[in-house]
Amino acid sequence: MHYVAPTTVGEACSLLADNPGSRVFAGATDLVPQMRTGRLEPSVMVDLKRIDRLMSVSHADGRWTIGAATPASDLTHNAAFTAMHPGISEGAGLIGSDQIQNRSSLGGNLCNGSPAADSVPGMIAAGARAVIAGAGGERTIPVADVVTGPGQTSLAADEFIVEFEIDDPAANTGDAYLRMIPRTEMDIAVVGAAVRLTMDGDTVSAAGVVLGAVAPTAVRVPAAEAALVGSSLDDDTLAAVAAAASAACNPIDDKRGTIEYRTQVAGVLAKRAAVIAAERAQNGA
Amino acid sequence: MSRTHINCIVNGEPTDFLAADATSLLDALRDELGLIGTKEGCGTGDCGSCSVLVDGKLNCSCLILAPEVEGREIITVEGIADGDQLHPLQQTFLEGAALQCGICTPGFLVAAKALLDANPDPTETEIRYGLAGNLCRCTGYDKIVRAVQEAAVQLNSTSKQGV
Repeated sequence: MHYVAPTTVGEACSLLADNPGSRVFAGATDLVPQMRTGRLEPSVMVDLKRIDRLMSVSHADGRWTIGAATPASDLTHNAAFTAMHPGISEGAGLIGSDQIQNRSSLGGNLCNGSPAADSVPGMIAAGARAVIAGAGGERTIPVADVVTGPGQTSLAADEFIVEFEIDDPAANTGDAYLRMIPRTEMDIAVVGAAVRLTMDGDTVSAAGVVLGAVAPTAVRVPAAEAALVGSSLDDDTLAAVAAAASAACNPIDDKRGTIEYRTQVAGVLAKRAAVIAAERAQNGA
Repeated sequence: MSRTHINCIVNGEPTDFLAADATSLLDALRDELGLIGTKEGCGTGDCGSCSVLVDGKLNCSCLILAPEVEGREIITVEGIADGDQLHPLQQTFLEGAALQCGICTPGFLVAAKALLDANPDPTETEIRYGLAGNLCRCTGYDKIVRAVQEAAVQLNSTSKQGV
């Protein structure tokens, strides 16, 4: 295995195109363990962290641009970003320990392709976009269209994510991400739920509901969104949100959580996240 | 196998070494530089035994490829004492018997130093969450938390005297 550290996006694209079996990486918190067990044998490891564009967080023209290799802690410690998108920040802040937070990136968390990735539901609920570079230039697609199944992405072998774009929310918008794990810290989501709401007084005017760890990819729940819009989050609405979230589940059955458990908890978390998102929307969080 | 020449700063000293590209920073520190204070527990970023500071940030050295640290500044457990004077954390770990087998201890010391550097007066809950990336199978954590609390008190009183 050879290690290379390009300093421009173009150089990284050329390295990927010229070296079959090469892999890009940022924190490598998933890749290095896979290499150590022999599950992954890259010919070339392309370190993206020396490319300035992939390591920066900026805000301009009504949107945030987040370098795909930026460590999660750079995002969670960014007070202005966290104030505007608390749900995305709290999702990113749940990825592993402080040690992992200082390495793990949004790009890696997404492209690793785990259905349980904590930063992904919040980004999808926010309508975040991924800017993807390849030999043919750059293209921008919704984050929701990147992961196609466990460990699988829609990116070509010579492509990688350069940065994410997240538009500033409409006025009176709030988001929240909740995760269920069997421990208090340091575990992989059994269920994750992100909800983003825009409020008009006490009435929901726009809603995004996205679940993690309950299907082969993160899933949007249009039926829960439809139940929320026009409601004032009364008990009947919340019951409908929970039912819709549970109905959207197609989870695995494993030692962390059974199918029944994950399905029920998805409803509970969606309901609770909706309440928190509404509070944040109304309090200007 | 070809080896890469890597220049970095380790515990304040400009350092260079040769390592194969797939070598972890952990193995390079131990095998190339003889800094065997840093331990391997899991080798997969779960246990924190191999914690070091890279450019001031807490990291698992098992997850870092050695060539990544070109030009970076690394602090290992060997670098937290002031010459022969133990760091207050090292002293309170000793006095409070906050270790048994000792394999996790270097990682806890480096992680606790990172925690106190960022938050000099943490609550017990903040200490427990701040050290959640470090596993200890012997102590039950309580003496470790007490040692960090005591070190924080000592460091804060020292810094106040300095003012």
